[in-house]
Amino acid sequence: MKHDKIERNVGILIILTMLAISAGGLVEIVPLFFIKETVEKVDGVRPYSPLELRGRDIYIREGCYLCHSQMIRPFRDEALRYGHYSLAAESKYDHPFQWGSKRTGPDLARVGGKYSNDWQTQHLTAPRSLVPQSVMPNYPWLSKTDLDYSDIQGRMKALRVTGVPYSTSKAEFDKNVKEFGEETAKNLHIPDAEKNLIAQAQAGNYDTNPDKLTEMDALVSYLQLLGTMVDFRKYDDDYFAKFR
Amino acid sequence: MTTTSFTNTEQYNYDVIRKFAIMTLVWGVVGMLVGVYIASELAFPVLNFDIPYITFGRLRPVHTGAVIFGFGGSALFATSYYIVQRTCQARLFSSGLASFTFWGWQAIIVLAALGDVMGYTQGREYAEMEWPIDLLIEVVWIAYLVLFVGTLMKRKQPHIYVANWFYVAFILATALLHTFNNLAVPVSLFSMKSYSLFSGAQDAMTQWWYGHNAVGFFLTAAFLGMMYYFVPKQAGRPVYSYRLSVLHFWALIFLYMWAGAHHLHWTAIPDWTSTLAATFSIMLLLPSWGGMVNGILTLSGAWDKMRTDPIIRFLIVSLSFYGMSTFEGPVMSLKDVNALSHYTDWTIGHVHSGALGWVAMVTFGSFYHMIPKLWNTKMFSNRLINIHFWLATIGILLYITAMWISGIMQGLMWRAFDDFGNLQYAFIESVAAAHNLYIMRAIGGLFFLSGMVLMCYNMYKTIKSGTTEQA
Repeated sequence: MKHDKIERNVGILIILTMLAISAGGLVEIVPLFFIKETVEKVDGVRPYSPLELRGRDIYIREGCYLCHSQMIRPFRDEALRYGHYSLAAESKYDHPFQWGSKRTGPDLARVGGKYSNDWQTQHLTAPRSLVPQSVMPNYPWLSKTDLDYSDIQGRMKALRVTGVPYSTSKAEFDKNVKEFGEETAKNLHIPDAEKNLIAQAQAGNYDTNPDKLTEMDALVSYLQLLGTMVDFRKYDDDYFAKFR
Repeated sequence: MTTTSFTNTEQYNYDVIRKFAIMTLVWGVVGMLVGVYIASELAFPVLNFDIPYITFGRLRPVHTGAVIFGFGGSALFATSYYIVQRTCQARLFSSGLASFTFWGWQAIIVLAALGDVMGYTQGREYAEMEWPIDLLIEVVWIAYLVLFVGTLMKRKQPHIYVANWFYVAFILATALLHTFNNLAVPVSLFSMKSYSLFSGAQDAMTQWWYGHNAVGFFLTAAFLGMMYYFVPKQAGRPVYSYRLSVLHFWALIFLYMWAGAHHLHWTAIPDWTSTLAATFSIMLLLPSWGGMVNGILTLSGAWDKMRTDPIIRFLIVSLSFYGMSTFEGPVMSLKDVNALSHYTDWTIGHVHSGALGWVAMVTFGSFYHMIPKLWNTKMFSNRLINIHFWLATIGILLYITAMWISGIMQGLMWRAFDDFGNLQYAFIESVAAAHNLYIMRAIGGLFFLSGMVLMCYNMYKTIKSGTTEQA
């Protein structure tokens, strides 16, 4: 076909353009939804509890992902600095993913458990009081603002639509017990969301102020969970390589 | 290109173009001002002032949204309406639809910025807008597509001029990318919060397929359309090679869509995806440079204009920056280079050599040509155009040099080992080492912003001396 013909016919121009721009996405993205090996089979990864979920929402709200990645690459320096490289499985319940693209601050994929709740709360409130050269903004409002969890069930239900196994019925709950164990399954049960959220905040006392349930509680509970779900001592070093 | 000097403006809908052109200037100033401010926050964190609405994390999407969609988007609406009417010798087929795209698009930019500072965000780069705004974008974009294609269909010229092919590809690709990257489930009908339909690795692939091609189509293909009209017009010469434009058009739009996964090298996506993306990124160099060569060589036989015409200087230097960043891009997509450059300021520098050097400069050149024509007058001051050119160029050079140095430095410091095999630097040492370079970057941005403000003054005087009366 002479190119002249395309230049004279908008319809042909549009159809050929659509074909040209569709190919790449179809070949590279679509298979990832069907190839099971894309996501590693690994124990321990579970959906977020109501409190951690609210913490993650706050992490997204404040735009943390613009300066912190959550994706450790398989290099020696990153292994020493951050820990085992990140697995696809570890973010399989992350809607949206928060791998990030920039490290103005350090990677946070395995920050969970590295610092105390006290440290995290103080650092988020006034980073330079602990790390003088830091360029992170202060987030003093987090420990002053009561956590709004009025729509926590709605949030969990929306995630349920996307495929996260939060339960509404007894049958779903039992299925979660089988997959994640009873303690986790309870936390994934939507009708008990508020109760579970308060209980976790009180037991964890993340913002080091037991009298108030604040946004700081939620955010720190999320940070303390990051990268702790998989027990890497249980797996061979070679095991994960075959999934890439 | 046929000469249109015999036509008067009555035949075309210039009103909507004038509106978009003015908003391009407004969003340029706003977006670049926010850019300078957040750059300063990184140098002096006290500027966050403990106010949630102006912390770096919330203002950064305001910056990217205002410059990409506000400044860039309005410039594309303005120039595409200008070019499609003049090359087709046909009026936009619906003034109502044209007006709708204007008000709709401006509402989107304002709502997006408000959403960002309030903390309503999808947490996806360059797609932060929450679902109600996304729906509005979808509607406005379809109106744009209908209006553009409808106008092409009533053209009086048998051929569709090359600039329009690029605009068509840009409109179609943006519709496709926007739709699939924003699939999300809202918490409720009255909630601004939603969760993306995809998760983890699949979500990452979708987002960077979008993110990369927002650059490829929004910030490249469409601006090539702009280039294909305004460079030959201002140079008074025909496009260098018709054959080259055909070849590089199809190659560019086909290859770009494969390259997104190079943003995800060494992450938890399958290795083959990442290798394939790197391969296509290297191939992409050819059509990119095809466009650059075609643009620059259009000046053959009129090289003296580089000395005498500051508008030509803007256009040709923009093509040079385009060539430079489309060489740097494939280099950074190599896995070994990416291992060093990813997560560092080098990426930020690369984006800005494209965004300031190519996108903004080609817009400036085109606007200095187009605005006097829209108001039936001449530019108020050529000298100010020249000063703008130098302010912009110095600004870009300061900016990208600072980011190259800090980026490569960060990459090297993070992977440095001491003699005992321990990490040589704590992370915070790389932050401290970047401090002076962050100041230099902010100064570069300030230069670029002052050029933008100067342009607004020059345009204000020009427009004031002109008339919208139809001749």
